[in-house]
Amino acid sequence: MSVSLPGQPVRGTPRGKLAINQFREREHLDEAAVDAFLHERQVPIIEGAKCTFLYRGQADEVHLLHRIVNQPQRVPLRRIEGTDLWYVIVELPYGSRVEYQLELSNNGHTVRGNDPLNPQIAHSPVGSSSVCQAFGYQTPEWTQHDPDARPGELHDLTLPSKALRRETHNRIYLPARFRTSSAYPLLIVHDGDDYLNYSAMKTVLDNVIHDLDMAETIVVFSNPGDRMREYPNYAPHARHLVAELIPHLEEHYPVMRRPEGRALMGASFGAVASMSVAYRNPTMFGSLLLQSGSFVFTDIGDDHGGGPAFDPVVKFMNRYRARPRKVADRLFVSCGVYEPLIVPNRSMVPVWESTGSTVRYVEARDGHSWENWRDRLRDGLSWIYPGPQKFVYE
Amino acid sequence: MPAEEAPHSEHSASVTLLGPQRQPRVDAVLESLQLRGARAAVINAGWREREPEDELLMSLTSGNAVNLRLWHRMQEVWEADPEFAAADQQRRMLLEEMQDLYVIALDHVVDALRTMAERVPRSIQVQRVALGDAQQIMREIDERHLARVNEIHADFWERWPPHERRAVQLLRQLISKDLADAEVVLIPGGHVGVLVGALHLFNIAPQLQVPIVAWGAGAMALTDRVVLFHDRAAHGPSVSEIFTQGLGLVRNTVALPGARERLDLGNPARMGVLARRLAPARCLLLDARVRVDILPGGELPEDAPVLADDGAVTTLGQVR
Repeated sequence: MSVSLPGQPVRGTPRGKLAINQFREREHLDEAAVDAFLHERQVPIIEGAKCTFLYRGQADEVHLLHRIVNQPQRVPLRRIEGTDLWYVIVELPYGSRVEYQLELSNNGHTVRGNDPLNPQIAHSPVGSSSVCQAFGYQTPEWTQHDPDARPGELHDLTLPSKALRRETHNRIYLPARFRTSSAYPLLIVHDGDDYLNYSAMKTVLDNVIHDLDMAETIVVFSNPGDRMREYPNYAPHARHLVAELIPHLEEHYPVMRRPEGRALMGASFGAVASMSVAYRNPTMFGSLLLQSGSFVFTDIGDDHGGGPAFDPVVKFMNRYRARPRKVADRLFVSCGVYEPLIVPNRSMVPVWESTGSTVRYVEARDGHSWENWRDRLRDGLSWIYPGPQKFVYE
Repeated sequence: MPAEEAPHSEHSASVTLLGPQRQPRVDAVLESLQLRGARAAVINAGWREREPEDELLMSLTSGNAVNLRLWHRMQEVWEADPEFAAADQQRRMLLEEMQDLYVIALDHVVDALRTMAERVPRSIQVQRVALGDAQQIMREIDERHLARVNEIHADFWERWPPHERRAVQLLRQLISKDLADAEVVLIPGGHVGVLVGALHLFNIAPQLQVPIVAWGAGAMALTDRVVLFHDRAAHGPSVSEIFTQGLGLVRNTVALPGARERLDLGNPARMGVLARRLAPARCLLLDARVRVDILPGGELPEDAPVLADDGAVTTLGQVR
């Protein structure tokens, strides 16, 4: 079962000349006019589907850099004569969210960075980017702190792992009103600290549990050592989760001890790790939450175009696709339509369904980013562990 | 399903059902029933661990009220009688799985109904018959599911007669004392499963001999069948599901609290399927400011807001 992308409403689409074109048509353009034009204006300028990106300053060339698949990813800006204002108009469909940077060239020297006119910034483990929130995009309110939502608690858990030959560092989320006498479903999150730091997952959990959208759940935020080794189908990682971490949790926390009470989640390589652990332990997990999984495969030959890091992924995925088997009863799968991984993710849905899994597949007009994964969390979390909302009536 | 057979028809006092009480009108309702200042018993087990946070509710009764604390008393039973608690947990697990499987079956019928309805028919008559057959299948699945749920409960109560459990016995006596001088019982909303479970465990129905004012889950618990519904769930509309048997004080009725918020009332096709599926029971729409005074015998009055068979919002008088 899949959810289609939102259509652009007929109403609310502005008509007439774009602001930048009106500006260009003025007779006297100087720096004062630019000041007036930019005064209290949000950049990029969003007018329906048209997004006007701007840069103000001296440069030989300015380029807009983004990672929307199948689109030119380095788009030149044009300078408006008589000013130091540069612009380019890009059309973005309703509800899009796009991360970007600007590249400036001066005297043969090139630098790239965030848009100085745009305060919207997204952070990730590899740095930050500017964000263009196109017409129709709204930051979901459940990603923001809600003073009415009673907060859960995060505790550190350091666990030595024989399987991984290192100490593992995890954080355990205990929901508000946690009681040792209850039995909670368990969710293990790959790249746990990144989900906490860049996807506001603690806030999201507090809110979706408070709103009764998600069941009260014990969530373990696990963290990789050597991520590129441990996540793409690595037996010691699976052994660590199943033979070390889960037994430890079952001994010390009131977690359910049955498959429907165990779930794994992750994004990108973390999604591959989730799937491969479930594949190696086919009756252990009831649900998987897979975001923008790096499920790269080849139908013929070995040339997958992803570089050596993807070799073990492609080997695993090709083997899986040759003989698919059920990895969990319920899968929530999401992917951004602007990322190259959209094709493998779409392709995997019927494969998982053919094994008898129930798949909820959701696309978004977004890229391979932590805010995309944040914005899909309520859908995913409420799908794998639905809250008691259907039982509660005011 | 109740632990003991309850003489439902003997409840002769009034039953008043209300819509959600975000802007409370309970005090005005009590006044209109000439129960202002009357001794009230409060059953807010549906609030679970927030059961003691009843200050606002108490203030609406002029402070002359006792909270029966059914949720906390239920926890006391589980703590005092671990064997009984384990059996109850096992029962809940079975019921949960049954409910999950039942919903999977319903989802498929709903998909089939949608596909059939959206198909361009060569014969409208043939299409109508096929849709009717699929709806009949849905009703049969509902009936069979409720029968199975009742079997699980009956089997549990037979193997674990609650009146033979010391902790239940003692607490039932305390609850009876609390209820003895009550002149009105208030049952607010909350978790309908927990509320119905507590009402059955402590065999409250036969003791409800005074006027009752209920809303939300409280209203649902008083009907014959509790139906779960949410067309605006986080992950999209979910199929409505028969959950369990209520106390049966309100007859031939499925209570739908907060209908405008929770149901896609603007979709008559969807609402029509719901109304016809649950017929002959009427889908009672309990929105904010709605008040329904149940007739003696447990039937709905003519002005009760209900869903017509075509999914339109109307009153019972209009659809008779």
